[in-house]
Amino acid sequence: MNIVMLAGFLAIAPPASVRGYDTPDDGGRSITLEWTLSPDDGVIERYEIYRSCNGVDYEKIGVMGRGRGLFEDDTEDRRQYYYKVAAVADTARAFSEPSAPVMSSAQWLNRKKINIIVAVAVFGGLILLFIQRARRGQKLFVRKIAGLQAIDDAVGRATEMGKPILYCPGIGYIEDIATIASLSILGEVAKKCGQYNTELINPHFDPIVYTVAREIVKESYASVGRPDAFDPDSVYYVTDSQFAYAAAVDGIMLRERPATNFLVGWFRAESLILAETGASTGAIQIAGTDQVSQLPFFVTACDYTLIGEELYAASAYISREPLLLGAIKGEDWGKVIIGAIIIAGSILGLLTAFPILRLFD
Amino acid sequence: MNISTDPWIWIASILSLAILSFLYKENPIFRAAEHIFLGVANGYLVTFYWHRILVPILFRPLFQQGELLLIIPFVVGILYLTRFIPRLSWLVRIPIAIYMGYWTGVLIPATIQAQIIKQMQGTVLTSQNFQAWNAGSWGIVWSVLIFVGVLCTLSYFYFSREHKGVIGVTSRVGIVFVMTGFGAAFGYTVMARISLLIGKLQFLLGDWLGIIR
Repeated sequence: MNIVMLAGFLAIAPPASVRGYDTPDDGGRSITLEWTLSPDDGVIERYEIYRSCNGVDYEKIGVMGRGRGLFEDDTEDRRQYYYKVAAVADTARAFSEPSAPVMSSAQWLNRKKINIIVAVAVFGGLILLFIQRARRGQKLFVRKIAGLQAIDDAVGRATEMGKPILYCPGIGYIEDIATIASLSILGEVAKKCGQYNTELINPHFDPIVYTVAREIVKESYASVGRPDAFDPDSVYYVTDSQFAYAAAVDGIMLRERPATNFLVGWFRAESLILAETGASTGAIQIAGTDQVSQLPFFVTACDYTLIGEELYAASAYISREPLLLGAIKGEDWGKVIIGAIIIAGSILGLLTAFPILRLFD
Repeated sequence: MNISTDPWIWIASILSLAILSFLYKENPIFRAAEHIFLGVANGYLVTFYWHRILVPILFRPLFQQGELLLIIPFVVGILYLTRFIPRLSWLVRIPIAIYMGYWTGVLIPATIQAQIIKQMQGTVLTSQNFQAWNAGSWGIVWSVLIFVGVLCTLSYFYFSREHKGVIGVTSRVGIVFVMTGFGAAFGYTVMARISLLIGKLQFLLGDWLGIIR
């Protein structure tokens, strides 16, 4: 009787239907394993997962708790694997039948991100369409932006006072959109400096941005017929340490006493230090960034601030480049589409039981 | 008063005071500290890049472990230095273009997912909001405020029309939302900066001079 009871206690049913398949919508190197839970799932301690490359020699690769019938394994692509799952209770193990051989591979398309592909196609298509229109000469209207009117006045003020202009492009890298917009505005400011023979001081945080800016300023001076006025030392690399850069720019503001400070680009915590120091010297300050966390400091301490996308629009407005104008128009249409989707989605979500929020997952 | 005898704490404290002297006016002591800061930062970063990035990630795998594929990024990186050779300086555009193209490809889908699609999902009103209101929650109020704020702020950043008429009204509402958000962020950040100042004062008065514990 006791032997029968002991045998009954130790005999547990194995899991069934162990199935392995290539994890979908990934870059490969992953196999997903599924199995039907053991009928004794309520009494077992865990499931142990075993793997073999030849169907003979198995090694334990993982453990799952009871009640769970899913496991994801890290594998090498294009290599066959066999799996077994064992239900474990104390020292007893009940092994399943081995799975069919399975291989992992990478997929070209992640179907979970189709909504992103659609969004990229729509926004990208709109931007390309308007760039083409701008290149064909169609006039694309961009409304006036307040801070831009002040640029001419600011450069003129520096010229009259005989003081330099400080242009700080922030601590962003060349791939940051705000940095690219800032360099575009730098080009236009440099043209005016060349025309009016105003000294330009342009310290940089990133060596690559410095390299690009140097070429931009040099070409700007050449485009207004003043290549001789370009001073190579006016554009220089300082450091790529955040607060060391802020200390250096503060020192420049207090020693050189520029009449105008441009703080345009990508900034972080040093923005308040720069803006307040510049304000204390009495300079006119024109700022612009797309960093929402830094905009409050610029709005507080600067005379004019380009908020967020106004910075991108400013570079398009000043340069009138078809590429930039087309991008602004495409983005405007993108905003219209976003607003329309939000309104339509809300109407659907409020008046029907349609699971509208799932479309965004 | 229990003044520290650690020379590094003395150096850190003197440099801290030198930088803080800037609050009075720009002076040679601040200038000296500024230049020390710049020099140390640049020196540290050069050695950091060499020992933590170039040697373990590029030079050792390429020259000692035979990972020949790394020749490609090595050559691309070398092209940056052509900026110093006037005849070859045009080559610097190649690594810049590769770098910008790579990061654009990485960032665009991530930005669209996190900052457009997810934000739209959080803005859309659904019947769940009304049910929450009936249960006594303020959720519906905030949801409607977010809905109105997002649409009005989008109209403020619409550049294809002058801000007149309906767009003029909605853009003025939008900028009110924007500035309210800025005010909250400003207050929050000032609070964080005061915390930093407290930490610095604790270092000077505690670790250095031993006046406070």
